[in-house]
Amino acid sequence: MSKTTQIIERCLALYEDLDFTAARQWKDAEQGRHVIGFLPIYIPRELIHAAGMLPLGIYGGGDQMEVIQGDAFYQSYICRIPRSTMELSLTGRLDFVDGMLFPSICDVIRNLSGVWKLTQPDTYVRYVDVPQNYDKDIGGKFYIQEMRELMEGLEGISGRKITDEALLESIKLYNINRDLLRELYRLRAVVPWNIPVSEVYLLMRAGQVLPVEEHNEMLEEYLQAVSAVDKPRRDNVKVVLNGMFCEQPPLNLIRSIELAGCYVVDDDFILVNRWLRENVLETGDPLQNLSDAFLEHSTRTSATYEPCEELKGSQLLEAVRKSGAEGVIFAAPSFCDPALLEKPMLEDVLNKNGIPNVSFKYAENTGQMQPIREQAGTFADSIKLWS
Amino acid sequence: MTTDNNTKAPVNLAKDVQKDHSQLMQKEMIRGNYKKLAEAVDDPDKKVVYTFVPGNLNELIQCFDVVGNYPEINALQSAMQKKTGAYIMEAERHGQDEDVCTYVKSDLGMMRKGNVGPSGDKIADPDLLLLSYTGCFTFMKWFEALRHEYKCDTTMLHVPYQGDGIITSNMRDYVVKQLKEDIIPALERTSGVKFDIDRLRENMRHSAKAEDKLVRVLQTAKNKPSPIDSYFGGIYYVGPSFSSFRGTPECTAYYDALWDEVNARVKAGQGPVTPEGVMQKERYRLVVEGPPNYTHMREFWKMFYDEGAVVVASSYTKVGGVYENGFRHDPDNPLESLADYCLGCYTNLNLPARTEMLENYINDYEADGLLINSIKSCNSFSAGQLLMMNEIEKRTGKPAAFVETDLVDPRYFSSSNVKNRLESYFQMIEQKRNSSAA
Repeated sequence: MSKTTQIIERCLALYEDLDFTAARQWKDAEQGRHVIGFLPIYIPRELIHAAGMLPLGIYGGGDQMEVIQGDAFYQSYICRIPRSTMELSLTGRLDFVDGMLFPSICDVIRNLSGVWKLTQPDTYVRYVDVPQNYDKDIGGKFYIQEMRELMEGLEGISGRKITDEALLESIKLYNINRDLLRELYRLRAVVPWNIPVSEVYLLMRAGQVLPVEEHNEMLEEYLQAVSAVDKPRRDNVKVVLNGMFCEQPPLNLIRSIELAGCYVVDDDFILVNRWLRENVLETGDPLQNLSDAFLEHSTRTSATYEPCEELKGSQLLEAVRKSGAEGVIFAAPSFCDPALLEKPMLEDVLNKNGIPNVSFKYAENTGQMQPIREQAGTFADSIKLWS
Repeated sequence: MTTDNNTKAPVNLAKDVQKDHSQLMQKEMIRGNYKKLAEAVDDPDKKVVYTFVPGNLNELIQCFDVVGNYPEINALQSAMQKKTGAYIMEAERHGQDEDVCTYVKSDLGMMRKGNVGPSGDKIADPDLLLLSYTGCFTFMKWFEALRHEYKCDTTMLHVPYQGDGIITSNMRDYVVKQLKEDIIPALERTSGVKFDIDRLRENMRHSAKAEDKLVRVLQTAKNKPSPIDSYFGGIYYVGPSFSSFRGTPECTAYYDALWDEVNARVKAGQGPVTPEGVMQKERYRLVVEGPPNYTHMREFWKMFYDEGAVVVASSYTKVGGVYENGFRHDPDNPLESLADYCLGCYTNLNLPARTEMLENYINDYEADGLLINSIKSCNSFSAGQLLMMNEIEKRTGKPAAFVETDLVDPRYFSSSNVKNRLESYFQMIEQKRNSSAA
C-alpha cells in the first residue's frame, strides 16, 4: 500500500467515525484535557489550542447516520446539518465534549446555539459573533473583546490562564497548518490528476478531529509522498466548487464530480482551515494579530457582508484564474439561505466574465449520484466542446 | 364568498371589512408615505432610503429629510393584495432558488416588474440602502441583492446577536461606533443634510411617547374579554411604530386615537374588533409565536374569531421592538438608546430568552395555550420553534400547537390543513379544561 493510500485510509477512518474515537482518546490520554466542539464556518481555533484543549469540528452526521430524534427538532424546510448535529448530541456521540461554539454563519446555526443551551444546560455554549464591519477601530475592537470573552469562557473550563506566549505558539502551529494546506491546494491545482478531490477533502476533514500538531505531520507526509505519485491525466476539465462551506456533501458526491469529468482545482470545503488567506503575525499582541488577520485576510463567502459592490465575487474570480479553472460548479445544500441567496449574484459576475457555471443542490445524505454525475458530466462536455 | 355558520348573511371576505378609526388613520399615513415615494421618482431632490423593520433607525432617518421605504412592508401589503405570488415567481424565473426567503423574492420580483408598490404607484429607486442587519441573516444578502441591481450606495449596521441573552457594553459600543462612523455620515452624504443631534432627541421623545401608548394598548389584552387581538389586530397596532412613522407626531396621534378606541372597549367589556365586527364571545385565549400569513390574512383570522379564539399576546408584534420590559428610546442617550433598541428586537434574542418571554405571556395574560405559526421562509423565527413549543408545554402545562404557512407565498397556505389543525387544537384546549375541572 502506498504512503498516500495509507494516509488517506486513516483520514477515511477518522471521517467515518461518528463516535469521534480519536478525539476521545486524545482527551483520555491525560487528566484535565478538554474538547471544544465547533460548527462551521470559522472559529479562531488558536484560542482553544492555547487553552490546552482540542478544537473539534462538528460537521453533522453525513450520509452514514440515520437521523431519528434530530428530525423532531426541525421543520422539513430547514437544512439537514442542525438535525443531524442534534442526533449526534442526543445519541451520546458528543457526550465527551466540554463546550460547543456556534459561529456566526446563518440563522439556523445561530438558533442551534439556543437549542443547545436549552437541551444541554450543563455544557458551555457560546455563539461566536464576528464583525461584519472590517474597520480596525470598529469591527476590530469588537472582535478582540469577543475573543477575550471566549477566552474567559475557555479558561473557566480548563482552569488555566491563556497566556500571550501560549497563544503566539498556537498561532505559529496554525500558520504551519495554513502553509501546508496552501501548498496542498497549489499542488492540486497544478496536478489534479495526482491529487483527487476526495483525498484533499479527507485531509481537510482529518484536521477537524486531530490536534494541529498531528495534522501538520500528516500533511507533511502526504505532500512528500504525493510528489512521487504519477497517475495518468484524464481528459477532464478543471472546475472550482462553491457553496459547500457548511453542510457537507457526501463523499460519494465529491467523488462523482471527478468521475464525471471534472478535476476540482479549488473549493470551499472545511473553510475554517483556510479562512485566513494569509498567516497571522507571530509576534506582538496575539489577539490584535488574530483580529487583524480576520479583518484583512478573511475568505469572502456568502456568510460575510461584502461592503464594496465592485468586489462582489472577486475572490471567486481570483480562485478561477489562479487555479486555471475552466468553470464553476455551484453546489449548495438545500435550504441554505446564505449560499442560495449569494448564488445569483455570483452567477451574474461569472457570466459577465464569460466563465461557464452550473448549479445543483444536495443534502448531506443525498444518495442518488446519477443526476449529479450527469449534470457535472454534461457541464464538462459543454466546456470541452464549446468553451 | 363564504357563509358564516349558516346563520348570518354570506360574507365577502374581500370587501365587507369593518375598520376602526385608527385603522383608517393608519391607512392614510401609509398612503401618504407611498405618495412621497412616488413623487421622489421624478424629483431628484427627494432622497429615498430603503431599510428594514427590525432594528430600524427611523428617528435617525427622519433627521435627514429623506423618505423611508420598507421592503418588508411592501411585501406584506402586496401579499394582502394577492400580488406576491406573481412577484415570487418572477424572482424565481431570474435565478432565485425556491428554498429561500419569500420576502426577498417578493421584493426582487416587484422590482423586476417595475417597482410598482402596493398603492399602485411606482416606488422611487433607492439613493441609499440602509442595511440594518438585526436578528436576520437574510437581510444582509437581501440588500446585497438589491445593491447588485440598483448599484446604489449601501451602508450596513451590524447588530450583534444576544447569544447569551444579554446586551454587553462591547455590543453597544460596536453599534454606537458604527452609527457615528458609518451610518450618520452615509445619511449626510445621501441627503446633503447635516446631522443634528437635537433633532434626533426630539424624534426620540415622540418615539418614547408612542411606545408608552403601544405598550398600554397591548397590555389591555390582560382583560377578560380581551379588547384587542394581539396578532391579527396587533399587526395594525404596531404598524406606525415599526415603520416610517415612529418618531413623528402623527405616530403619537395615531396611538392616542387607538388608545381611545381600545379603552372604550375595555370600559364596555367588549372583545376585539374583527373584520366582521366586535367579537362576541371569547372562548380561547392564545399566545402566538411567529409571523402571520399575509396572503390569506382575512381567511386565517376568520378561523380564529369564528371559534371565539383571541390572541392575547404574540411575539411577532415585538420584531420591531420589545417595549414591555421598560425599554424606551431615550433622548438623553440617543445613540446608545438606538443601539439598545436594535439589540433588543425579538429575533435578536436567543432561544432561551424567547422561550421565557412566551412562557411569561401565557402566565401573565392567562392564556389557554401557545400556537406557533411556523413560517417556511423565515429561519430566524422558525429554526428551534419545535423545541420552544415543547419547553413551553412542559413549563406551563398548557397545550401547544403548530401550523405551517408562509408570510407572503400563497403556495404555502393550505387552508384546510390549517383549519383542521386549529379545530383539533381548540378541542385539545377543551379537553384540558374539562380534565382540569374534573
